[in-house]
Amino acid sequence: MEDSIRQAGDQMTEEDIPGTEEGPRRGLSQGIEVGAAADPIGGIDPWSGEKVFELEDVTVSYGGVPAVKGVSMGIQRNEITALIGPSGCGKSTLLRCLNRMNDLIPSASVDGSILYHGQDLYGPRVDPVQVRKMIGMVFQKPNPFPKSIYDNIAFGPRVLGLDDVEERVETALRGAALWDEVKDRLDDNAYGMSGGQQQRLCIARTMAVDPEVILMDEPCSALDPISTGKIEDLMLELKEQFSIVIVTHNMQQAARVSDKTAFLIVRLDATENNRWGELV
Amino acid sequence: MDSTGLTGDLEGAGRKPAISLEAPSPRYGEKAIKGLLAVCALLSVVTTTAIVVSLLIPTLDFLARVPIGDFLFGTSWAPTFTPASFGVLPILVGTLSTSLWGMLVAVPIGLASAIFLSEYASPRVRKVIKPILEVLAGIPTVAIGIFGLVFLSPLIEKVLPFMVNVPPFSAGVAGIAIGLMIVPIIASISDDSMRSVPSGLREAAYGLGSTKMKVATRVVFPAAISGIIASLVLAGSRAVGETMIVLLVAGASPNLTFDPGSSVQTMTAFIGTTATGDISTGTITYDTIFAVGALLFVITLVLNMFAIRMVRKYREVYE
Amino acid sequence: MADPTETERVRLATAGARAVTLESLSSQPRGDLFKGALFYALLILALAVALAGLAAIIIQAAVKGAPAIGPDLFTNGPSTLNPSEAGFRPALIGTLYLILGVIVLVVPLGIGAAIYLEEYGDRSRWWNRLIELNVQNLAGVPSIIYGILGLAFIVRGPLDLGFILVAGSLTLALLVLPTVILAAREAIRAVPPSIREGSLALGATQWQTIRRQVLPAAVPGVITGVILAISRAIGETAPLLLVGAATFVTFNPTFLGDNGYSALPVLIFNYAQRPQDEFRVLAAAGVIVMLVVLLAMNSFAVWLRNRYEQQW
Repeated sequence: MEDSIRQAGDQMTEEDIPGTEEGPRRGLSQGIEVGAAADPIGGIDPWSGEKVFELEDVTVSYGGVPAVKGVSMGIQRNEITALIGPSGCGKSTLLRCLNRMNDLIPSASVDGSILYHGQDLYGPRVDPVQVRKMIGMVFQKPNPFPKSIYDNIAFGPRVLGLDDVEERVETALRGAALWDEVKDRLDDNAYGMSGGQQQRLCIARTMAVDPEVILMDEPCSALDPISTGKIEDLMLELKEQFSIVIVTHNMQQAARVSDKTAFLIVRLDATENNRWGELV
Repeated sequence: MDSTGLTGDLEGAGRKPAISLEAPSPRYGEKAIKGLLAVCALLSVVTTTAIVVSLLIPTLDFLARVPIGDFLFGTSWAPTFTPASFGVLPILVGTLSTSLWGMLVAVPIGLASAIFLSEYASPRVRKVIKPILEVLAGIPTVAIGIFGLVFLSPLIEKVLPFMVNVPPFSAGVAGIAIGLMIVPIIASISDDSMRSVPSGLREAAYGLGSTKMKVATRVVFPAAISGIIASLVLAGSRAVGETMIVLLVAGASPNLTFDPGSSVQTMTAFIGTTATGDISTGTITYDTIFAVGALLFVITLVLNMFAIRMVRKYREVYE
Repeated sequence: MADPTETERVRLATAGARAVTLESLSSQPRGDLFKGALFYALLILALAVALAGLAAIIIQAAVKGAPAIGPDLFTNGPSTLNPSEAGFRPALIGTLYLILGVIVLVVPLGIGAAIYLEEYGDRSRWWNRLIELNVQNLAGVPSIIYGILGLAFIVRGPLDLGFILVAGSLTLALLVLPTVILAAREAIRAVPPSIREGSLALGATQWQTIRRQVLPAAVPGVITGVILAISRAIGETAPLLLVGAATFVTFNPTFLGDNGYSALPVLIFNYAQRPQDEFRVLAAAGVIVMLVVLLAMNSFAVWLRNRYEQQW
């Protein structure tokens, strides 16, 4: 176990931001083989639960160039679904569509349909702010606000006008297994925490606003193996309350935490100039 | 508590919550704020329009009375005399003369300071000197003008008498004072642009066995050239538009000469002296202020546009 | 990185490397050593001249103006006849009022415009690029042109306020507005996008994100910009000459009074132009007062910026 965690930490250094990929990679057909061995929990009918998301032929493009093509999948309630694949296959891009964070990139466009509890996430009357209240997100690099630990958690409940802010802060910090570490220094600046603590703070921050789904974009890629282990344990606890979608390019991590795993691979067009991700 | 309709969520799976993805309120406040901020930004466009309009209308009146050829190429400037003559060349050359002498002083000093700060100075020295330069860049030009008039001019008259023909006024001394004003601009912007040259380039040159001086002059300097040119052009534009120093030190006689010892009137000094007097709207003298202002505006606009383009270039290359 | 710039970089690098290689293969090391030392000495000399020249401005004013420094300088009004008793009171009050007006106008407008350009303005729209270019250009327009604008648009023309103090405030505000916008934009841009994403992902609206995350983080940079702009406004003389501050007044000004107002730099200029040496001493004393205030403000602003520069 110790070994595999260390290995996991080592492998999780590659970036996965669209637009920064290095040279094209090919010959990823082995992804399919590993895909067959997915669903490590096993034993349960994979499609029995209630679906939170249903993706139907989703294509995401940046300025007309597709980054992910034709993805169809379902994401179940109270499960951890892992999106896995090599760098540049559009995992993060796909994830960011699920709470409309891609709206922040003016050139991004989404085709196909993404249903959230049967409602079109990209419908004309849908409000992205409302979507993000229900679907929280944890990012690749810990991004605490430059404020005190307390204010980091309290920010969400305050802007959403939720009551019992103080109680929520404590519940969230306990939920993220941070309470004992920080309860005496809630007024300290969050930048003084370690990387792993910062990331758990970001998870706690997301929990404090009671989302239904938490999206995690390679939440451990900037962390050491021990912090990674803590966050993985945390995720397993959190799935009682939340549905979690995690992006990773680490097979072991996906195997350790996920109930279901979706593989994306890189495809090249005939000229090898364009690359996009496809679900296998 | 709940606008999201997800209260049931914490109680476990299996219960389908009622979900609305629509905005709970139209958020008029958000839209109003965005509109208000846009108005703030638009104010800058309004300012530019106002500048252009306020210069253009009297200038057109002026050109209706004075042929544009006489204005741009005439060699005699006496708009308040009778008979009046409106040849702008003497005050244009006056402006160019003080600016050129200023650049002659400031360019070598400013660039050398920038090379020192960027390539030679230790981080500690740099951390002290750069802020000092930036603070000194805030000295008001009226203070520099008084320094030129009360201190520089008598001093230079003693040491180099040919520099001050009509004490205390001299284009050359005004130039030196302008030079002092623009040195911090050149040093600061050039330093920024040389420091944005990637250190890999320097290391490569050192790896080839070159000396520090060669790295500075043959590698870093050429690589940072667009930022350096931008700093020079911006400084030139500031020199052309400077008013107080030339009002105090250059004098008020429109002489068509580049002689540093001569007293000259610049375009800005003409505007400064004439517009403070009691002149009524609609007279040709009043319109003349605007015609000269329009010419000054066009010159500085061209210089600024050029500098902005050069700055963008170096930002694109290295950032 | 885009291709053209990449080739530009490569071209510069190869040109530099080639020149250096040629040079280092053909010259004697001893000559190099000497040239290097001489070059270094020249650089130091240049910097020393620059700093000495700028320091001389301050020292000269201090020496020349020292005899006139005293409480009278602040409490007495100006006089054309009796320089030994003349002071700067109406001009100091005038400058104070002018700057109050500038702050009231420039802080909300400048920060508002900066927020719009950084957070809302979509750069792919031509009008937003136009506003941006326009602000950069306005920052380089000579101050005397703003004087002309003030004269034609604010004192006369559409606003027709007359030669009152508020007209001077408006003119100075327009003059320093681009500086404030540019500085505030820099400060807002320095706040990392991950902070915005973190806030939006919690369901905060865009304005909530700006108001409660971006702006607080940008405050030191914004304050620096505002202070630098205000200190520029304090020392600006040329535009005020055109909008009425040139009048020689002996009474305390008011915001809307139409019998003239005065400002510190304008009165300094007025004194400096007089041939008698006593007035030049007064002018130098005025310069000291102005420089003490400005250098203190600028030092604080630069310190504040450097203090928070490395935050992210």
